[in-house]
Amino acid sequence: MTDVALDPTKRGYWTSDQEVRWCPGCGDYGILAAMQFLYTELDDVKKENTVFVSGIGCAARFPYYMSTYGMHSIHGRAPAIATGLAVARPDLDVWVVGGDGDMLSIGGNHLIHALRRNVNIKILLFNNQIYGLTKGQYSPTSEVGKVTKSTPMGSIDAPFSPVSLAAGAGATFVARTHDLDRKHMIDVFRRAHEHKGAALVEIYQNCNVFNDGAFDAITKRDARAEMMIDLVHGEPIKFGAERQRGVMMDNGAARCVDIADVGEDALLVHDEHTTNPSVTFSLGQLAMDRRSPTPFGVFRAVDAPEYAAAVGDQLLAANDQKGPGNLEALLRSGATWDVV
Amino acid sequence: MTDTADRVENSVQTLEGVIIRFAGDSGDGMQLTGDRFTSASAIAGNDLVTLPEFPAEIRAPQGTLAGVSAFQIHISDHNIHTPGDEPDVLVAMNPAALKSELNRLKSGGTIILNTDAFDMRNLEKCGYQMDPREDGSLDGYIVHEVPMTKLTVDATADLDVKKRDAERSKNFFALGLVSWMYDRPLQPTFDWIEEKFGKNPAVVASNNAAFKAGHAFGETAEMFGDQYQVASAPQKPGTYTNITGNVATAWGMVAAGQLSKLPVFLGSYPITPASDILHELSNHKNFGVRTFQAEDEIAGAGSALGAAFGGHLAYTTTSGPGVSLKGETISLAAMIELPLVIIDIQRGGPSTGLPTKTEASDLFLALYGRHGESPMPVVAAYSPSNCFHMAIEASRLALKYRTPVILLTDGYLANGAEPWLLPDVSTLPDISVDFATTFNDTDANGEPVFYPYKRDPETMARPWAIPGTPGLEHRVGGLEKADITGNVNYDPANHGLMTELRQAKLDGIAKDIPGAMVNSDGDADVLLIGWGSTHGSITAAVEQLRKEGTPATHVHLTHLSPLHPDLGELVQGYQHVIVPELNKGQLVKIIRSEFLIDAKPLSKVMGLPFTAREIIAAVNQATSGASSNGAAQNGAN
Repeated sequence: MTDVALDPTKRGYWTSDQEVRWCPGCGDYGILAAMQFLYTELDDVKKENTVFVSGIGCAARFPYYMSTYGMHSIHGRAPAIATGLAVARPDLDVWVVGGDGDMLSIGGNHLIHALRRNVNIKILLFNNQIYGLTKGQYSPTSEVGKVTKSTPMGSIDAPFSPVSLAAGAGATFVARTHDLDRKHMIDVFRRAHEHKGAALVEIYQNCNVFNDGAFDAITKRDARAEMMIDLVHGEPIKFGAERQRGVMMDNGAARCVDIADVGEDALLVHDEHTTNPSVTFSLGQLAMDRRSPTPFGVFRAVDAPEYAAAVGDQLLAANDQKGPGNLEALLRSGATWDVV
Repeated sequence: MTDTADRVENSVQTLEGVIIRFAGDSGDGMQLTGDRFTSASAIAGNDLVTLPEFPAEIRAPQGTLAGVSAFQIHISDHNIHTPGDEPDVLVAMNPAALKSELNRLKSGGTIILNTDAFDMRNLEKCGYQMDPREDGSLDGYIVHEVPMTKLTVDATADLDVKKRDAERSKNFFALGLVSWMYDRPLQPTFDWIEEKFGKNPAVVASNNAAFKAGHAFGETAEMFGDQYQVASAPQKPGTYTNITGNVATAWGMVAAGQLSKLPVFLGSYPITPASDILHELSNHKNFGVRTFQAEDEIAGAGSALGAAFGGHLAYTTTSGPGVSLKGETISLAAMIELPLVIIDIQRGGPSTGLPTKTEASDLFLALYGRHGESPMPVVAAYSPSNCFHMAIEASRLALKYRTPVILLTDGYLANGAEPWLLPDVSTLPDISVDFATTFNDTDANGEPVFYPYKRDPETMARPWAIPGTPGLEHRVGGLEKADITGNVNYDPANHGLMTELRQAKLDGIAKDIPGAMVNSDGDADVLLIGWGSTHGSITAAVEQLRKEGTPATHVHLTHLSPLHPDLGELVQGYQHVIVPELNKGQLVKIIRSEFLIDAKPLSKVMGLPFTAREIIAAVNQATSGASSNGAAQNGAN
């Protein structure tokens, strides 16, 4: 074997021998690299204890390219499959990878239930606002009016905000990053990895074939200062080239304001640990318009009981109450009688 | 029991067996009454078979025909196989129960009525124009009119119980009365009441009082005359318990975990009539059993498959509609070749159909109901207690061959009960498997590698390397796999090869399963082939046919894919081959196409098991040369 294959601080250690088959220029490459680089930096992980589970779609090919354990499963079902794995094997680091169609359309039910249960799985939602693998139909995050192969007159569906949806489902960790900023992705993925419980990370990901430039107005280098809102825990939410703008709560809704108009004290101080998810929901709504400033970073990181640990606690409690299971005794646990 | 001075001297008559049907409103506790009578009869040593029948509605409008819940029990001093064709005794707690159940009662049978429920309102609710007690419609039956509600309230008068609550104990009055009639032991019911309601002393006292009062009423009222005894049936020595199919299935899953030395994981979504398995298994977490109530049927199967990937013995339990939803996951399990046991408690379909009634119409679904060429083992239990052994067998096949396996039972087995001679745990099979822990090949450069699709030459199973095993990291998935390496592969020849390999793995299992069950009569011209819960009905029919001079052989299948290796021989050489099924003829089509014999269907799709008489009639019709329409007498459709 090569040295790289033996050195976990090298990206090659975390790379499988399979040829990556995304379209040239796809945002998925950057996300894969960020994940592999994150693993070179983590010291509490092992290849054999890491599992990537995916659904179906372009993003869902991800597990084939990591050198860890992995399962490329069924459209939409990855959160359910990963839940079973994480409940059975709480010793593993389980990641879920899928796109906006996979997670929010066919798999929407599994996503919300995995989040509300707070199973220890880390869900990466590659949001490119389009169906790529089926060659260009609108998705549950596509904007109203979008012209695609299946909506020649424009989409009439109102889109989801994944961040707001996750907040509504009671997710204990919600974050957003984008495929053009490796360092930001690595930081957010690391935070998700460290979180005890379910994590949802929305990643703005460019599909350069079917929806090229969907996030350019926000994430292109020259747009970032005015359009990207960095969430920093404990600090008032400010953005803009001169940090002249901010976010305040107004009648329960987050609103972008000029600080000059409202004063700095009116700004929302970002608190990741607020138990009530309604602020995260509101911040998620800021991204509903492609031309509106959009928050990035960790929206929410709340301590709550993790599901698999609670399952394990019940097994221990049952063992304490009844003693270790005995099959002979189980068969005789109802009324019995002897025939001689 | 009672100190009544003016005790009536009753004589005791001995019966070979009796069929009793308890019927009342859904809220009257008839299933509980039947269960208690069953337990007492089991302890008394009778052989028994039960048929609980209840509506899909939790509380249909009170007093209506739709709300009637019934429980039939057949007890006997000899080996029996069915809940009985016609009840000897009908206990009817209200007019609706009488109206809906009377046509089942054998002519001249006994009716015990709760007369307190026979008021104008209840009569009208179920469409009686006149009181059936007065219009002659009960002529020819032996009718006992008992004011059960009033007597129950009287019996509890000294207790601190509200009248309304006291009335709810009337099912225990009925149970006490019938327990007297058939000389059932009382202590098991007192013990059970204490165990069940111990936290609520008023309920214990009220139920005990009603139960005693019912018993005393039988003993002292002059209306009943004789008391009957049904002697214990000769049974093999050993320890017995009374078991339903669903509990046996759940215990089989626990046992399979022990026998495989693997933790058990159940991913399930509530569905009638399978939910009781989830409930039962949830009580056995001290065995390390994880039960997960998923958000839907798909997640039930998906979570189980995830647990299987992690090295657990994984199950998903459901009924027909749930199998449809799980189909995509089952096919993934076939593609990634991991053990997954799918348990289908069949019910009447299509769609929601008859959720609380039995049917065996999912055989084709189990065999073929998936996209692509997706072969997998299918096995079926034939009695309530056999569910225990078939749960172990399904697990054995899944683990050994790394394949999804479907176990079919049905509503009749699931809820029906029978005495079960407890197996010696040490005789249960070892079904343990080894996880892969080391490299299994070398690559082109001579480096050691792990190939996840390099098969065991004997079983054709691929290695099961679970996460946590260093060096064996690999990726599985739904895309077609290259032979040996398991890499994604779209090559036409490879897909053809993998399709053949998956089929060959299934076919090879035939070498590793028992022969079909045969109840042979050397001279028989008639062969009855069954699978699943028809075992009891066919056995009873064959016994009766032989008595009547028509020899018949019964071959019963527990393995439907692959078929028993000896089946091809067993089915040859008969003039008449009849395949009774609770569907429109599914196994019969397989028998015909596999073995090219002129097997005829006998279908019943009414939500009920076959009566022995229906099968006997079909045989007689076939042997007398009359043309058969292939439907049971009262099941033509």
